[in-house]
Amino acid sequence: MFQNLLRLARYRALIQSLVAREVKARYRGSVLGFFWSFINPLLLLLIYTFVFSYVLPRGPGLEPYALFMFCGILPWTWFSSSLAESANVLMAGGNLIKKVLFPAEVLPIVTVLANLVHFLFGLPILVGFLLYYRPALQLGDLAWFPVVVLVQLLLTLGLALILSALTVHFRDLKDILSNLLTFWFFATPIIYPMSEAPASARLLLNLNPFTHLAISYQELLFYDGPFGHWKWLVALGIASAGLFLFGYFVFDRLRDSFAEEV
Amino acid sequence: MNAIVVSDVTKVYRRYARRKQFATLKSALLDGSLISDLKPDETFHALRGVSFAVPSGATFGIIGRNGSGKSTMLKLVAGITKPTSGSLDVRGRISALIELGAGFHPEISGRENVFINGIMLGLSKREISRRFDEIVDFAELRDFIEAPVKTYSSGMYMRLGFAVAIHVDPDVLLVDEVLAVGDEAFTHKCLDKFGEFRRRGKTILLVTHSLNLVERFCDEALWLDGGRTRALGDPLRVVGAYLTDVEHSEEQTLAAADAKARAQALEVALPTSSGDVTAESRSELATSVGGGPDADDSLPEDMFRAREGRWGSREVQILEVALKDRHGQVSHVFQSGESLSVHVKVLAVEPVSDFAFGIGLFNPEGVCCYGTNTHLEELESASLEGEAEVVFQIASLDLVEGTYKLDVAVHKRDGYPYDYHRLLYTFRVKSRTHDVGIYRPPHHWTFSPNVKFGAK
Repeated sequence: MFQNLLRLARYRALIQSLVAREVKARYRGSVLGFFWSFINPLLLLLIYTFVFSYVLPRGPGLEPYALFMFCGILPWTWFSSSLAESANVLMAGGNLIKKVLFPAEVLPIVTVLANLVHFLFGLPILVGFLLYYRPALQLGDLAWFPVVVLVQLLLTLGLALILSALTVHFRDLKDILSNLLTFWFFATPIIYPMSEAPASARLLLNLNPFTHLAISYQELLFYDGPFGHWKWLVALGIASAGLFLFGYFVFDRLRDSFAEEV
Repeated sequence: MNAIVVSDVTKVYRRYARRKQFATLKSALLDGSLISDLKPDETFHALRGVSFAVPSGATFGIIGRNGSGKSTMLKLVAGITKPTSGSLDVRGRISALIELGAGFHPEISGRENVFINGIMLGLSKREISRRFDEIVDFAELRDFIEAPVKTYSSGMYMRLGFAVAIHVDPDVLLVDEVLAVGDEAFTHKCLDKFGEFRRRGKTILLVTHSLNLVERFCDEALWLDGGRTRALGDPLRVVGAYLTDVEHSEEQTLAAADAKARAQALEVALPTSSGDVTAESRSELATSVGGGPDADDSLPEDMFRAREGRWGSREVQILEVALKDRHGQVSHVFQSGESLSVHVKVLAVEPVSDFAFGIGLFNPEGVCCYGTNTHLEELESASLEGEAEVVFQIASLDLVEGTYKLDVAVHKRDGYPYDYHRLLYTFRVKSRTHDVGIYRPPHHWTFSPNVKFGAK
């Protein structure tokens, strides 16, 4: 397994060009091309601003609410689309696995990374709004930002590897997953702050790994004051690294069955 | 030094029959059978104990029917799947031409696809840049290389895939029946490229149905049949053995088809309303009138256009027709130039004096290649009674390759049919020469001394 993991490093160029291909191919043929990566989150943000400022204005204390929500939704989109796509990625790439000597783990990894690129494209929009609304952003805290992204990357990769490998054998996972993701979204403090969650649900929310990512993003970008959630984040980071290794282990164990099953 | 060593390789494909049909993850979890379900319910042996070695620089051919395990073998050598037991050892960089253009992305340009495909096949970016022009020229796609691959024709797609794969500069090249990718000119170019590989001492493993190619190119050949090695060694010998086997099974298939067609025709085609046939003769002879939809109970208007069937008054019956080869064995497959004899057993219900025996030979397009009868050949009939045998002997079957059908008939001199068997007997002519037409006149070529031909 570790040999294979090391071998993965040699596929850097392959992963790199496949990610580039994914990103390019997604908007190929559209008039605005790359700009959609900016426009999509921008429009999303505008819609939320409109809805929560005029249609359903919230009480004071969490303003601007749309921005708060956006801090959670942008990484969530990365997370959920990565998982949804990677559940199908081995079947979609069946031709490669069956006909070419091809390291299958590249496929889910590319999926996660391509979605990371889209996430990163969305950040300038977020930054722009933050600068407008919160010029007093703690720049020191922003050093944590790459750490949060890294933790999320490890977590997503681990889950994507497990999901993609298991879906080959259990196609139903794909449908289970799409429903699970909807539930997961609401079980994460993205559209509501953690402080508003009922006490009875706290334990459940704390067990949800994405809670800590969402809170970290919110504390770093939205709330004033120091980043107090770092202990949770570090713990989650360690757990995510473990999950990644476990995911890779599962994938590696099932690897030989892919060429015959997809 | 061997480039590929395959020793006692067995590949078992598993079929998860039960779970694939009904069970789901849920039931697997409920039963706690998640792990046991991953064990096979049913297995299929794609390869059984196959061993061979390919010396470095040799060209090795694998032949066999569909489903004999050729492609499985190639996938194992390529490392795409792992053998269930046995071991494989391959030295050097492999490039597998198994599916051309696998992994091309339709939305992006040919140029970008060349790079990504090249990287997938193990080249570095720099290596691809260096070979890029060569690849594009080889694929003959200079004008289209910037267009998205989805706009390519399938030939263009394959050519580009082939060009990339062949420019990987492998030590071992695996080829799975991919020469049929382009027009004639491109195929020649591919063959030239293989020749170049051979000259440069690369090892080639070729899976193909083109026996010609195996005979011309390969140093050694393997014949797989049902996952087992049937023959291994000199390509001419292996191909010969394979062809004999194919003939043998074609013989069986033809014999079965022939018997079936005849059984149907004979069952349904006793005379029922043919104008010339009298009521007595009908009642006298009609022992088993079937009368199915295929019943061909009247004379066809155009004798050269009729479909198979049987008609006639049956005053004389054809009891049995057998095609025999030069050893007197009943056969359905003949080599062009061999002798063929048609043995016809007839029964005259009552002695007759007006009769003629006829034979017609039709090619697959329904063209009458030859037809004759004893009356045309000026044999005056005198008497026929009881059971008799007639043999029509063709000394040399000078026909081109194909499936032929026979008419066999007994009739009066004026054509009134006693028993007419239309296209009921099938045989196949095989030929190593792929000449065309309907007839091969015995011939030979002579040249003045300054005309020379190489050996092959």
